[in-house]
Amino acid sequence: MIAFDSAAYNYGGGELLSEVSLRLAPGSFHFLTGPSGSGKSTFLKLCYAELLPTAGRVTLFDREVRGLSRDEVALTRRRIGVVHQDCQFLDHLPLAANVTLPLTVAGRTGPVQDLTDLLGWVGLGALAGALPPSLSGGERQRAALARAVIMGPDVILADEPTGNVDWDMSLRLLTLLVELNKMGKTILVATHDLNLIRQAKAQVAARVLRISKRRIQLAGADL
Amino acid sequence: MKLPTILASDPQADRVVPPSGAAARLTGLVAGAMAFLAVFALALSLAAGRLADRWGEALARTATVRISAPPDQMTLQTEAVLAVLAATPGVATSRALSVEEQHTLLAPWFGPDLPVEALPLPQLIEVVETGAGYDGEGLRQRLAAEAPGAVLDDHTRWRKPLVQAAGRLRLLGWVSMGLIGAVVAAMITLAANAALAANGQVIRVLRLVGARDTYIARAFVRRFTLRAFWGAAAGSAVGMIGVALLPRADAAGGFLTGLGFQGAGWLLPLLLPVLAGAVAFAATRAAALAKLRELT
Repeated sequence: MIAFDSAAYNYGGGELLSEVSLRLAPGSFHFLTGPSGSGKSTFLKLCYAELLPTAGRVTLFDREVRGLSRDEVALTRRRIGVVHQDCQFLDHLPLAANVTLPLTVAGRTGPVQDLTDLLGWVGLGALAGALPPSLSGGERQRAALARAVIMGPDVILADEPTGNVDWDMSLRLLTLLVELNKMGKTILVATHDLNLIRQAKAQVAARVLRISKRRIQLAGADL
Repeated sequence: MKLPTILASDPQADRVVPPSGAAARLTGLVAGAMAFLAVFALALSLAAGRLADRWGEALARTATVRISAPPDQMTLQTEAVLAVLAATPGVATSRALSVEEQHTLLAPWFGPDLPVEALPLPQLIEVVETGAGYDGEGLRQRLAAEAPGAVLDDHTRWRKPLVQAAGRLRLLGWVSMGLIGAVVAAMITLAANAALAANGQVIRVLRLVGARDTYIARAFVRRFTLRAFWGAAAGSAVGMIGVALLPRADAAGGFLTGLGFQGAGWLLPLLLPVLAGAVAFAATRAAALAKLRELT
């Protein structure tokens, strides 16, 4: 589904990621950990072709990213739901329109009930008409997660999705990701939250990747 | 991304771009002002064209034979010239101008009290040619043989610079139209670039959720195209009213007073909003796609 083959990324001031070779298999659940600035966000951006590797290969759905046209990148991103650390929205549109934006740009419509259920699940049912600037950090993260999953993507990439929410809401969002994983979706979550990882491992066969010294390795049993 | 598709209403696509900012409003204003000027440039071109045609046609179909001879030979040579002209293929009619007609011709320069009879004026013969025309050189030779004092003036000396001047005036009008179109394109490109730069976050979010470049560009292109269209429509309407209020040609008879539209010519300014829309469409589309290509 997503494969790295000796991939590297260089920002210009030296390599941030080197010799990354791994494969996110369909239906897998991975956590990505590592110190701040170690390259977690960069790795996620490579996973949805916002960045291109400066060496090696990255393959999305069996297509090498460098060979994708701009339209193909757009179509590929419809199969990947992304939750950014700095969740960005269209500030002039209400929350509901932002959450359904992936459907809108794809020319699709979803049942209103699905949207209501989804917003209720992430605890934003009462804020459907609110504008993004009026939302708190935690509400924005939950809205971003709702937007990432509304298209039923094959892959969900989340960068610190529980960074600004309390523990109860974290568990609730984790449950959503676990349920999606059980439906066959591939999940990759970058997080510092070891408790969240432990909680997830109790529910699914989650694997943990750790970035260390510019390389990504499978973490041991210490988690 | 075709123009009809762009103009078709797509409320969802429209909504993804924030409501118009100053750049879009500026587009309407620029298109309106430029259309206003374009109406006058168009009127100038058409009027100059009519003038060139009229001068060209009128002068090309007439000629003058001027007879300078001693008074006792004047009648004889005039009759000889008329006989030659009557026998010349391509000459439709010919007639000698009366003293009164010559007086009328000279009055603007010498005043109405000119004693024409006292002046050694040449006799003028007006020649109107047929559509096929006559052989000018052959006629000159025959006139020289039959009436030594006769000189054929086919107005070439006068016609050429006049028709050239009118033609260049017409060209100037069209060049002005082209420049106005280029300015509209440049201004709309700048405005579109400003709008795209101001909406960087919107574009990033749209790309993130899988929007294609054409989808993103369409929202901007449609907005700018419609702004330019309606701005140009307003500018054209005001310009047409301005042209309609100009003094009529037949009231004063001068060239500048003939600066207007005639008949179906009034329909031409109605094309300006369509042209402005097309220019805005092309300029915004090129700017939007170029800007989007800079993003991953």
